[in-house]
Amino acid sequence: MKTGHLSSFDFGASDIDVGIFFETAASRLAAGGRALAYFAVPEGAAQRLVMAVGFDRDGRVEVYSTLVAGPFRALTPSFPQLHLFEREIYETCGLKPEGHPWLKPIRFNTPGSVPGVADYFTVHGSQVHEVAVGPVHAGVIEPGHFRFQCHGERVFHLEIMLGYQHRGVEKRLVGGPDERSIHYAETLAGDTTIGHAWAYCGAVESLCGVNVPPRAQIIRGVMCELERLANHTGDLGAMAGDVGYLPTASFCGRLRGDFLNMTALICGNRFGRNMLKPGGVNFDLDHALIKELLFRLDSSYRDVEDAVSLLWDTSSVADRLEGTGVVSKQAAEGLGLVGPAARASGVGLDTRRNYPYGPYERFTLGVSGSGDVYSRAYVRWLEIQKSAELIRGWLENLPAGPLEAECGALKPDSAAVSLVEGWRGQICHFVITGAEEKIRHYKVVDPSFHNWQGLAMAMRGGEISDFPLCNKSFNLSYCGRDL
Amino acid sequence: MIKALIARLKQGYRTMDFPSADIKLPPRYLGLPKLKSAKLERAAEACPYGAISTGARPGLDMARCVFCGACAKAAPEAVEFSNDYKLCAGSRGDLLITGKEFMRARTLGADLRRLFGRSFRLRQVSAGGCAACEADCNVLQTIGWDLGRFGVQFVASPRHADGILVTGPVTRNMELALRKTYFAVSSPKVVIACGACAIGGGPYAGHEECAGIPEDIPVDLYIPGCPPHPLTILDGILRLIGRVG
Repeated sequence: MKTGHLSSFDFGASDIDVGIFFETAASRLAAGGRALAYFAVPEGAAQRLVMAVGFDRDGRVEVYSTLVAGPFRALTPSFPQLHLFEREIYETCGLKPEGHPWLKPIRFNTPGSVPGVADYFTVHGSQVHEVAVGPVHAGVIEPGHFRFQCHGERVFHLEIMLGYQHRGVEKRLVGGPDERSIHYAETLAGDTTIGHAWAYCGAVESLCGVNVPPRAQIIRGVMCELERLANHTGDLGAMAGDVGYLPTASFCGRLRGDFLNMTALICGNRFGRNMLKPGGVNFDLDHALIKELLFRLDSSYRDVEDAVSLLWDTSSVADRLEGTGVVSKQAAEGLGLVGPAARASGVGLDTRRNYPYGPYERFTLGVSGSGDVYSRAYVRWLEIQKSAELIRGWLENLPAGPLEAECGALKPDSAAVSLVEGWRGQICHFVITGAEEKIRHYKVVDPSFHNWQGLAMAMRGGEISDFPLCNKSFNLSYCGRDL
Repeated sequence: MIKALIARLKQGYRTMDFPSADIKLPPRYLGLPKLKSAKLERAAEACPYGAISTGARPGLDMARCVFCGACAKAAPEAVEFSNDYKLCAGSRGDLLITGKEFMRARTLGADLRRLFGRSFRLRQVSAGGCAACEADCNVLQTIGWDLGRFGVQFVASPRHADGILVTGPVTRNMELALRKTYFAVSSPKVVIACGACAIGGGPYAGHEECAGIPEDIPVDLYIPGCPPHPLTILDGILRLIGRVG
C-alpha cells in the first residue's frame, strides 16, 4: 500500500497474499525502489514479514506485509541491498530465506552463538595471509572484529563481524511509549542522539496525529545540523590525522568540541540529550542565547573553513585521498548505501530533499561523484557549509510560538515510518501499534546497517594501510547497527 | 606550507587550564545533584530508573542516574542539579547522594601513586553502550584538553597499560573480551568504570543482554554521567593519581 513517511496508516491494510508479496517486492525494487526496512513481526505462531520500500525520486513510501509460517523466498540474489535484512530476519525469528547466499549471523544473540565465531570468506594460496583485528581495537573506539584476506599489502576482502554492542534495545521499546523510550532512542547511537530522537519523536507524533509547532521544528533542525557539523568536522580532522597531516587534525579536534559545546549551551548536554520529546522540544532559545550561538557559529565556522581548506590545498593530502577506497555508483546503489557515503558515489539521496520533513523545505544537496575517500571527505565539507548556512538562517528568523504540542494516545493497530537524515545518512524507524494503543513492534534501521558493506567494498583491491582512512571516511556506528 | 603556518597563527593557543577557577559550564548543564529535602516521594516517582530511594535512607543514587533531570522537574523542592562537574567516587556506595557531604574519590595509596602519579597509561575498553563516553574520552586527547600534559595517555595494548577504563554496560558479547583485556594488564592495575552504563547499566539496566563489569574485576574509580562531561572524566582520572584534589 502507498503511504508517506510521517503519516500513520492502518497496519492491517498492508497485508497481501504471500505470493503477491514477493512478486510486488521484487517488482518495486527492480523499478528503482529502495528497501527502507524489512523485518519480521511475531503474529500468533507465525511471523509477519514487513517491507517498507522508498522511492527516492518522488519521496513515496510503500509498505507491504504478509504472513509466513516457514521458509520463504530470499530476494537477496536479485537485490543485494536486502542481504543483511534477510540475515537479520533469519537470526531473529529462525525463518529461513530460501536461496540466500550466506546466512551468517549478524548480532550473535542466539543461544550458543559466540561473537566472531562464524564462517567467513577466506582466500587460499601459498602467500596469502589473514589479518585479524578486534574486538578491542587500538584506539578509543567501539568493538568489532575485522578480518582482512591479504596478499602482501593488497586486500582481497575485508570481513566485518559485529554484534559486540548488542544490548537489546528494540524489544524494550515494545509496550511503550514510556519514560525510558526517549532515552533508548537517544542512545541508539550516542553521536546521533538528535537524529534518532527525532526519528522516534516523528514516529510517535505521526501515530498520535500531532503536528509539531514550527518553532520546535526549527529548533530540532538547529540541533540536528549542529550534530552534523560536529561529526563532519571531527571526521575531517580524523582523516587528516590518518594521512599524517597534523595541522587539520588538531584544529578540527578542537572545533568539533566547539559545536558540541554549542549543543550543550542549548540543552545542557554536549550530545543533545534531554532536548527532544514527542510533540516538541524541552528547551527554548531566548534572544541572548541566539546571539551567543550566532557569534560562536561564525567564529567556529571561520576556523573550520581555514582548517579544512588546508586539506584541499595540500597536494600530499590530496594524493593520499584521491582514488583510495573507491565505491562505484553501481555498488552504492546495489547495496542501498545512504548518506554522505552514497552521495560521494554520485547517488542523489538525502532525506531532507527526497522526503522533506520539519524545517527542510526547498533543500538542495551536494553530491561529489567519484566514490573515493576524497569524495567522501569533500561531501562532508559541502554539508558543513550547508549546515552552517541553515543554522544561521533559522536562528535569524526563528518563528514565535509554542515549543510543544500535547501528544495523546497512539492510534491502535496502526503503523508509521519515520525518516530522518542523520549525519551518517537516512535513519528509519518503523513503529507498529497493537490493539491497546501501545507499541507492538519497533524497528530501527541506522544508516550504518546499510553502509558497513560499503566499507568492505571500499577495501577490495586496496592496501591494508588504507583501512584507517577508509574507515574514518565512513565512520560508521557499531552500536547503531548492533542495537 | 605558508598557508598551514598562517592557519596555525589564526587558530591560536587553545589548551585550557586545568584545574582552574575560570572553568564555566553551560547554565543548563546537570552536574552534582543536591537534595533540598528528605521528602523524595515525588522525585522517586518521576525517576524511570529507580535511582531515588525514600523512607529510612532517602537518597539519589548516581550509580543508576542518567542525568535526565526528570526528578528535578517533577519535584524542584526536593532535588536540584548543580553546575559542579566533580562527580567521581571511589566506591559505589559513595555515589549515593544524601543530605551529607558528597565523598569524592581519594587518591591511590602511596605505593601506587609513586608508580602512576606521573605516568599513567590506560587501555580503554568499549563494551556496549552508545559510544558517547568513548567520544568524550577521545576528546581529552585533543589540543583543547591535552591529556598528555598530565602524564596520562590512552594506549593501544593492554600490555602497555596501567589499567583499563571501561565504558558501556558490558554486553554478554563483550564480557570475554573485557576479561581478556583486564587479565592482559600486568599488576598492579587500576579499573575505572566510566559512565552510567559501566557503573549500573545506565539506560540498559536490567537487560539480560548486559552482564555488567564482572565481580572479579574490582573497580577503583566510578565516573557517573550519561555521558560524563570530559571535565568529569579528567577530574576523576587526575584525582585518582593525585594530580588534583
